[in-house]
Amino acid sequence: MEIDPFIFRLSIFILSIFVGYYVVWSVTPSLHTPLMSVTNAISSVIIVGAIIASLAGSSQKIFEVSNIFGFLAIILAAVNIFGGFLVTQRMLQMYKKKKKK
Amino acid sequence: MTPNLSALFYLISGILFILALRGLSSPETSRQGNYFGIAGMVIAIIVTFISVGNFGSGLIYVLIFLVIGGSIGAFIAFRIPMTAMPELVAGFHSLVGLAAVFVAISAFLKPDAFNLGTVGNIKLASLIEMSLGAAIGAITFSGSIIAFLKLRGIMSGSPITFKGQHLINLVLGLSIVALIYYLCTSQSSNIFWSIVLISFLVGVLLIIPIGGADMPVVISMLNSYSGWAAAGIGFTLENTALIITGALVGSSGAILSYIMCKGMNRSFFNVILGGWGATDQSSSSDSIEQKPFKSGNADDAAFLMKNASSVIIVPGYGMAVAQAQHALREMVDALKKNGVKVSYAIHPVAGRMPGHMNVLLAEANVPYDEVFELEEINNDFANCDVAYVIGANDVTNPVAKTDPQSPIYGMPVLDVEKSKSVLFVKRSLSAGYAGIDNDLFYRDNTLMLFADAKKMTEEIVKSL
Repeated sequence: MEIDPFIFRLSIFILSIFVGYYVVWSVTPSLHTPLMSVTNAISSVIIVGAIIASLAGSSQKIFEVSNIFGFLAIILAAVNIFGGFLVTQRMLQMYKKKKKK
Repeated sequence: MTPNLSALFYLISGILFILALRGLSSPETSRQGNYFGIAGMVIAIIVTFISVGNFGSGLIYVLIFLVIGGSIGAFIAFRIPMTAMPELVAGFHSLVGLAAVFVAISAFLKPDAFNLGTVGNIKLASLIEMSLGAAIGAITFSGSIIAFLKLRGIMSGSPITFKGQHLINLVLGLSIVALIYYLCTSQSSNIFWSIVLISFLVGVLLIIPIGGADMPVVISMLNSYSGWAAAGIGFTLENTALIITGALVGSSGAILSYIMCKGMNRSFFNVILGGWGATDQSSSSDSIEQKPFKSGNADDAAFLMKNASSVIIVPGYGMAVAQAQHALREMVDALKKNGVKVSYAIHPVAGRMPGHMNVLLAEANVPYDEVFELEEINNDFANCDVAYVIGANDVTNPVAKTDPQSPIYGMPVLDVEKSKSVLFVKRSLSAGYAGIDNDLFYRDNTLMLFADAKKMTEEIVKSL
């Protein structure tokens, strides 16, 4: 019997939880705020789903209800992607080492 | 592009996201890490465009909306003051949650576009995944909105509790599970909408009983939820990038909540089930009596610190409220000119989100190698001449070590009282968030400086 592809996805999911666990524990506590803003930005990769949703169907009827939800999701995710990465960048620029005399 | 090829690209962007988080293990590698994250996102978006392959008029709209959202995001990112980071992050979480809900709705309305079957005949597994994604997304959205309103001060930060609250949450939670079951058997769209609506309600009810200094736990928890919602949608869309990211973000938020709970010596459920101040206020109010304390002014403080050989600064949420971080840095510069050794001690739950104090100090150009975590610096208080407590309270209370009756007993605290003298900047003798009196105020070696944190620090700078 063939293995259901779902099982593969579940394996990826569970292994990623473990990767996340070890990677996040190694994050230095002083960078916990940038950690939150960058996780925020990367979870907006949900925009992938939003793009598929908004381009679904024939190009004559691009404003069906399902597409509109897709467009709205694109706006939300885009705010997050740009906002999240840029604000993280802004914060990380501020972390400086002591100047050597 | 074949599905296999695009799956490989999604895997690459997943790996880049892992590297983005890995970079945060030290400030030197963190900026590079952020670029990895951006690269992962660009790859995911481009691959999606190519694999959909629909370059009709829809594409233009997608780009327009992308630019609109992107400019709003960029505008916010450049304009937001660093003290407003907690509410910004809460606001961003709500957007991820809502986006997850919208994608799930869209997949439910048009399953054929996502290869999930046809309307009224959606694959069972996809139906479960999308309703879970929608439910968690909706909880994340409404919960984050409440957190945002509380942090912004639009809504009172104190916990809102009422009788039977936990029972209602339990019933609503179970009804979501039951509705998902019915959805799978009936494929009815009304049930799908009910799941979304009930989840919005659950999100509100879940966050209103938590407030004040428990906010770091709430934000981390919502961070975690936004990850699980993304993972749910990732399973629906069979997209590896989303599954990997969802798992990363989910576990990241969970670890942060754990660290925050541990910083307060409270269990996760204790925090979730309601506020501290709400339950323990009665026990403290009857014991308030006038105990002797010493108070001083800026000149006294300046004199003490100028003649010290080492000073440790203990910042807290009050510093953020008063925006005193820049004045603080000027004070430290002046002290350093006098040959005083200065370092900063940060408690894990200082502020309103994990790492809040570190960002504010970084903004004021404090080098990060002068800033220490609780375990790193706690032994140094015994050898230090002056501890300057600015805007912190409960995290310095020695009662946590001595009085088993105290609600904060067992919480790790900074051993501020061990230093030769303590300067405590505070507006009054009032209790902190935990609703208990701080024993530190009445110690012989404590000098209270009653003033706004920023004003007091500026005055000290002048007398130095």
